[in-house]
Amino acid sequence: MLDVVNLTHTYGSGPDAHQALGGIDLSVSEGELVCVVGPSGCGKSTLLRSIAGLVRPTGGEVRINGKPVTTTPDDLAVVFQDYSRSLFPWMTIRDNVALPLRRRGLDRTARRAAAAEALAAVGLESAAAKYPWQLSGGMQQRVAIARALAYRPSLLLMDEPFGSVDAQTREDLEDLVLAVRGHHRMTIVLITHDIDESVYVGDRVVVLTRAPAVVAADLRVDLPAPRDQTGTRELPAFVHLRAEVSRLVRGKPELSMTPSHTSKE
Amino acid sequence: MTNTAAGGARRALTLAGRLWMVPVVVAAWEIAARAAESVYFPPPSAILARLRELWFSGPASRLFLSDAALADFLPSLGRMFGGWALACLGGIALGVAIGRSRTLAGFVDPLVEFGRAIPPPTLIPLFVVLFKADTRMMVATIVYGVIWPVLVNSVDGARYVDRLHIETARVFGLSRTVRLFRVILPAAAPKIFAGLRLSLSLALILMVVAELAGSATSGIGYELLYTQQNFDLPGMWGTIVLLGVLGFLLNSSFLVVERRTLSWHRGAGRTGTTDRSN
Repeated sequence: MLDVVNLTHTYGSGPDAHQALGGIDLSVSEGELVCVVGPSGCGKSTLLRSIAGLVRPTGGEVRINGKPVTTTPDDLAVVFQDYSRSLFPWMTIRDNVALPLRRRGLDRTARRAAAAEALAAVGLESAAAKYPWQLSGGMQQRVAIARALAYRPSLLLMDEPFGSVDAQTREDLEDLVLAVRGHHRMTIVLITHDIDESVYVGDRVVVLTRAPAVVAADLRVDLPAPRDQTGTRELPAFVHLRAEVSRLVRGKPELSMTPSHTSKE
Repeated sequence: MTNTAAGGARRALTLAGRLWMVPVVVAAWEIAARAAESVYFPPPSAILARLRELWFSGPASRLFLSDAALADFLPSLGRMFGGWALACLGGIALGVAIGRSRTLAGFVDPLVEFGRAIPPPTLIPLFVVLFKADTRMMVATIVYGVIWPVLVNSVDGARYVDRLHIETARVFGLSRTVRLFRVILPAAAPKIFAGLRLSLSLALILMVVAELAGSATSGIGYELLYTQQNFDLPGMWGTIVLLGVLGFLLNSSFLVVERRTLSWHRGAGRTGTTDRSN
């Protein structure tokens, strides 16, 4: 469904150039939920922005259903980490969710109905007439998820979606993602720096190295299907996997004297 | 009940606290002017009486406006609002275009800097040549004088729309029109409104300047010139007071509109959602 082929990206040029991506290869099949983790500043967001067509990568290719991505793809939605800047503060919650549906060729009534349905799916039907800044951070991020759901994308990208909310809300939102994913068949790529989260939510965990990032490991998560915040997290398989991912992410010392990247795969 | 009564009393007190200077100054002026007995400085009572006689002696059904008031106010306000509206439309359209296009900004920025540096009254002779000394010349003067704050603020507002707002619009494939009217303009609105308010007070000034210079045959500026030339000093002072009151009313009404339109901005600012610090 999604293919990333030898993707490289360099910001700037000359001596100040910063190579964020050093040749990423990644395939995601239909209906999969793939988590991408890596040390902070490793280029996770650049990868996501390249897939979304917001950044034109300096090398390599992103293909969605075989079609190379050149501008923002039709069938794609993004949930950004910074919900307060991604939601429009001058619009009500309902309008925020309904606005993108214009592209779906729906009339006003149909847009409102779809928005109401998506808001109900995230448990915010009663907040429809409020403004984003009247809601808590966790609620705002639920609105952003509702907006993505209403849009019915075949590919949903999430860029550290729960990075700015408290722990309790984070768990609720993780379960929300798992729940809505069950209802709407969509492919999800979730970027996170939280190792627990990547193992808990993902079907697969892709670990990136420090910048220039390459794929250090691509691990399948074999945990039983209805995941549970307490139950799943105490399974030996979960503990083992999170330790493995943790070693991969934190493995190398901050200022490594050893030359180049020693692959741990 | 007692709460609202107490609140009302407190508001009245605050208002009194803020306004007590006005009667004091007027009274002091009255006493000083009467003591001085100068023809050039009539006391406020004489000014108000003349003001009433000139413009506010009409029937109650017309808000006491006399025929002279209609003959003076309507053309003046027409020129002012006409010029202001044209400048707003042009300033916002051009400003947003410049703000969103680096290329256009590169070409136009030096011209804008040059244009806004020219004091508008100096162009009156040019406009007189172009349009004769009629309404078009006065409107042109007003437009030229008030377009700059709108233009510069619109450029600023449109240029610094939050990157994430723009990216969200791109990701969800909003069309150019939707992006302009639902994302860019609302995001730039706080800046644009600041420009509009500034230009509204400028419009009043330039309306008077244009009428003084354009040998208008009606209007508040004309009345100012006429009373002065006929040595009707209470009338002249009355016109000045009228202009002050008009400016105050314009600004207050604009603030009401601005507060309603930008209620989201104040709300978002209060809860700190527009805080970019994290």
